[in-house]
Amino acid sequence: MTLNVSNLACYRTGRLIFSDQSFTVEPGEAVMLRGPNGSGKSTLLRALAGMLPFEGDVVLNGISLADDHDGVQEQIAYAGHLDAIKPQLTVGENLTFWARLFEGGSIREAVEQFSLAEIWDRPAHACSAGQKRRLGLARLVVSGRALWLLDEPTVSLDVETTARFAEIIKAHCAGGGMALIATHIDLGLDAPREITLDPNVMRKTMPPSDPFLSGAWE
Amino acid sequence: MNATFAVLTRELRLALRSGGGAGLGLAFFLIVVMLIPFGVGPVPHLLAQIAPGTLWIAALLACLLSLDRLFQADFEDGTLDILTLSPMPLEGLVAIKAFAHWLTTGLPLVIAAPILGITLNLPDSAYWWLVTSLAVGTPALSFLGAIGAALTVGIRRGGLLLSLLVLPLYIPTLIFGARCVAAASEGMDVIPAFQLLAGVTLLTLALTPIAAAAALRMHMR
Amino acid sequence: MSIWEYANPVRFMRLTGKVLPWITALAIGCLAVGLIWGFFFTPEAENFGSTVKIIYIHVPAATLAINAWGVMFVASLIWLIRRHHVSALVAKATAPVGMTLTLIALITGAIWGEPMWGTYWEWDPRLTSFMVLFIFYLGYMALWEAIDEPDKAADLTSVLAMVGTVFAVISRYAVNFWNQGLHQGASLSLDKEEHVSDVYYQPLLLTMAGFFFLFMALVFLRTRTEIRARRIKALQLQEAN
Repeated sequence: MTLNVSNLACYRTGRLIFSDQSFTVEPGEAVMLRGPNGSGKSTLLRALAGMLPFEGDVVLNGISLADDHDGVQEQIAYAGHLDAIKPQLTVGENLTFWARLFEGGSIREAVEQFSLAEIWDRPAHACSAGQKRRLGLARLVVSGRALWLLDEPTVSLDVETTARFAEIIKAHCAGGGMALIATHIDLGLDAPREITLDPNVMRKTMPPSDPFLSGAWE
Repeated sequence: MNATFAVLTRELRLALRSGGGAGLGLAFFLIVVMLIPFGVGPVPHLLAQIAPGTLWIAALLACLLSLDRLFQADFEDGTLDILTLSPMPLEGLVAIKAFAHWLTTGLPLVIAAPILGITLNLPDSAYWWLVTSLAVGTPALSFLGAIGAALTVGIRRGGLLLSLLVLPLYIPTLIFGARCVAAASEGMDVIPAFQLLAGVTLLTLALTPIAAAAALRMHMR
Repeated sequence: MSIWEYANPVRFMRLTGKVLPWITALAIGCLAVGLIWGFFFTPEAENFGSTVKIIYIHVPAATLAINAWGVMFVASLIWLIRRHHVSALVAKATAPVGMTLTLIALITGAIWGEPMWGTYWEWDPRLTSFMVLFIFYLGYMALWEAIDEPDKAADLTSVLAMVGTVFAVISRYAVNFWNQGLHQGASLSLDKEEHVSDVYYQPLLLTMAGFFFLFMALVFLRTRTEIRARRIKALQLQEAN
């Protein structure tokens, strides 16, 4: 399983966010996505997850995102800024729901890796930000998906948990998984490949073919 | 099947645990029905005459009450993003969520309506059809509401707009449903109105998951 | 050259820019002749006196009010299928025109209804369906206003137009059912075209044509404004980049 991205470009409300992004993520590889604020890291991850329109080619495991949207999405797990946790449910109920919906990975493994056992019965609204984040990231494990798209996954995690999360990513990759991680910190992975989004380079490219700009207006 | 059940139980749990949940709609239903005699006067035969329409309109407004949270909460906390990646099609998800909404708002109203019918002096012959028409008609209210909720998700002050979009769609259900009960209380033939009511509900059940899922996809891109 | 060429904003602007003055002139001409002929040079009806002459506004407005929704439906469908921006803007531009025509039909109907039936408002199926149509227009326009991103607004309002059309049609027949159910057989028909005599009919045809051209002119004008607004937005974004 490989992720092939070629000439990826994204526009939001007519504004070019980035363009000409071409890279591959090989099986067992974790790639870091770098760039200053507003350079389009989140947009790129969401576009790869099929949640935003894009131009260019995204091919995962031989399936093109443009042709078979669901086919690609079924291999992706995404963790964004929001934890997608329901405060009214307990930690256990939250995680069990995702596990039953995705029917992929093992709950026990996720509980062990993110040490959720001690807060299993706690209502999610009573959890700290770090605990919620752990619960949100545990969803990656129970989803059993091959490609992880992570947007600032370590926000509100302490040093120890961050290190453990790096181990979890390594374990995921060692099992043939892939990860694309947008982050500002050094996660402690072994010399990962980096992709850098440079806002200054990209803004110089041509604006999109907006039908309201093209043509001869009197 | 497992996934369907997971979504349904989760929706029910959320509805029951969030601030009153199902009870709130029921209380609203009670208040609206109770206000009617204050408005029109305590005249038994007059109340009996307007009872079918009153009960139906109150049910419709009570149903509208909790609609704006149907997708909004999931949209705000990022759940909707994750749900789009799940193996379950968005159409199925919309249908389950609308069904859960009916279970927590529509169904309690169906059960409570006969009791409120007594207070409005509804004729004896109408009770069976009051319950039946509400049981058949209220699912359409929840499902049509899902379209409105999907269209207005993520819009500031979407609640008011939701009412403006959804209430006109309720007209056929209201007409046929209230007519059903009125015909029964007047001793007339109920079947034509009931068949039309059921027809509108079936059309709604078939149409709305597609339309609402399309609207949600448009919102997320 | 296919009709889709006019989905290009520039082509649309060029074409409508040329035909708009002519359509406007036709509208003014037809309306002036038709209304003056209708108001001053037709005999007064035996039963209703001069009030019957309001049909020269009422009937064309009502006809076009419904057809305007049809235009919105088709334009929205084209946007959903072929994603032509001009089509979405035509749908957006048509809504206020259709809403105003619905309002004109309702008001003239009420003014006419008073001398004819002795009441300004009757819950007649036709009147009621027009009120429903008015609310559908309001909802559609409110949704356009509520969404900031133009393409997303076009998408969502198109879905509303599809669903709204289905339920507007069902409501139309449901309202028939409802009224028959309440007053047995005592329905008031506004269907004048079949009953009016030739004396009234010819000027009516002229005002119908006049309203049609007026509608066309207004939709073109509003669409041109919307296209210009979109172009300004696009240019501003280009500057900002």
